[in-house]
Amino acid sequence: MSNDTSQPAEAPPASAEDLVPTRHTPAQRLQHVLHRNPALSPLIVLIVAVIVFGIVADNFLRPQALSLLVQQMAVVGALAVGQTVIILTAGIDLSIGMAMVLSSLVMVKLNHDQGVPGFIALLIGLAVGLLTGLLNGLLVTKLSLPPFIVTLGTLSIFTALSLLYAAGQTIALDPDALLVWTGKTISIGNVSVTWGVILMLLLYAVVGFALRNTAWGRHLYATGDDAEASRLAGINTGRVLLSAYVLAGATVGVAAWIVCGRVGGADPNAGLNYNLQSITAVVIGGTSLFGGRGLVVGSLIGALIVQVFNSGLALAGVDPNYQVLATGVLVILAVAVDQWIRRVRA
Amino acid sequence: MTETSAAPRPAAEAASQPILEAEGLVKLFGRVVGLRGVDIRLFPGEVLAVIGDNGAGKSTLIKCLSGAMVPDRGTIKVNGEQVSFRSTQEARGAGIETVYQTLAVAPALDIASNLYLARELRRPGIAGSVFRMLDKKAMERHSEEHIRSLGISTLQNINQAVETLSGGQRQVVAVARTGAFGSQVAILDEPTAALGVRETAQVLRLVRDLREQGLGVILISHNMPNVFETADRIHVQRLGGRAAVISPQTHSMQDAVAIMTGAMTVPEAEQSLR
Repeated sequence: MSNDTSQPAEAPPASAEDLVPTRHTPAQRLQHVLHRNPALSPLIVLIVAVIVFGIVADNFLRPQALSLLVQQMAVVGALAVGQTVIILTAGIDLSIGMAMVLSSLVMVKLNHDQGVPGFIALLIGLAVGLLTGLLNGLLVTKLSLPPFIVTLGTLSIFTALSLLYAAGQTIALDPDALLVWTGKTISIGNVSVTWGVILMLLLYAVVGFALRNTAWGRHLYATGDDAEASRLAGINTGRVLLSAYVLAGATVGVAAWIVCGRVGGADPNAGLNYNLQSITAVVIGGTSLFGGRGLVVGSLIGALIVQVFNSGLALAGVDPNYQVLATGVLVILAVAVDQWIRRVRA
Repeated sequence: MTETSAAPRPAAEAASQPILEAEGLVKLFGRVVGLRGVDIRLFPGEVLAVIGDNGAGKSTLIKCLSGAMVPDRGTIKVNGEQVSFRSTQEARGAGIETVYQTLAVAPALDIASNLYLARELRRPGIAGSVFRMLDKKAMERHSEEHIRSLGISTLQNINQAVETLSGGQRQVVAVARTGAFGSQVAILDEPTAALGVRETAQVLRLVRDLREQGLGVILISHNMPNVFETADRIHVQRLGGRAAVISPQTHSMQDAVAIMTGAMTVPEAEQSLR
């Protein structure tokens, strides 16, 4: 027995089914683990990236650098919450960044130009964010248009409205105004975070809880997974879809408040990259573009990964263009991994 | 469950009132006649197969019974009470569960989540009412009990994602769901169409288990051996109407095909009308 290394002793198979190998190769086992935990692969990437940049760039692990890194990803991080919810339904929102700019412009201009009290201006701005989501959602559900086309259209609409409304101007607010409160920092030891970061994390906690623990969350996953099967099971898939876009609209409003704090007011040109950056964060975070699979916390990790690469490469003195290149490689890798995971079999 | 669920087999003999009954169902699609006055009666504890050539009105009949379509004329009764379903939800509320040819399961969700899809349980107290939290433990426990009560041994882990299951196991999950919520009627549309021999046997055994539990089962199938092996009675559709109701005891598969194609007619006295 001890010399027989070729095959471990096994009972003779009772039927053909028993011949099917029950043990998996290491690759299959990895596939299963990743299948169960969609946020695991991005988490590994994040940890490895932090360690590597910690070694390569001396300043990278210093509290100030890490604080700045987190502050820089707060806006993308907040938008990625809404983007995740939409992508989980197998949709996509190309307009989310410009919707945020529009919403932030409304807040700041009402406050600055019209003298509307900060709190009221904030509420109106949040409502504008909600309305952008509602518009996208109604077009997707009531007119049955593909989300890609709908949000491509509303992207142009929101961009034009923003530029027309702002008339090309950037507005700076008094640093003590409520609207830029999200840019204020609180320090814990050497680490300082802005209220915007805390707001963003709160967004993740609330949406993560709802997705995980409520029937709504389960219906959202099911709808993204297989809309027809969900409808036959008795889910009102139209309402679930609409709720996803409205929720994304709500996160747009919160992200608008955070971006006000970041830029100290409102900038009509601030949102150009946020549309795609939010999608990048979600995809790198392990959420499937085909819907039904992913975790909102994955998108937080995804947004962090992008920022870690950007900051790390910058601190290591690498040409900034390589940051863009690295992001591209990460996106393609993430989707390739997702495809592989989806082929999982028992 | 119904009163007859405890009765010994054949339970169908004991039941006098049909659990689901339709009379004179008519459904028109423009100028095309889908159903021309079809009667059907299903009793608790029986498997009633519905067979027929393509275009004979099988699907239309089933859709009318399951609430997916509203018939233009005719009455539907559940336990003797007249109903008119405007949606599959309403039919489900009356205890009529349907498994569609396209599998109505969400592949990325686990077995328990699929069994409770669209009727999730919430936690008691504030956690459920204010925070809308799901009672995952209870759903898993009930799912496990239900799967075990049906004697399904191939599903070991209730937390397994459905997409990691074989086609037969997925179908088992879909069929198991029909019996999970105190339903009275299970309508199964071609449940074995895409399955291999062994998996088909598994699903058919589950169909018989549902019958033992006292459900009335309507089984739509193209597969004659399956139908003759499983069904108590066979409703043959032809050209939008009911050609005959036969039983595997009184008629052969050749007879069934002959009735389907119109080569043979059966006098009412020789039919298995109940």
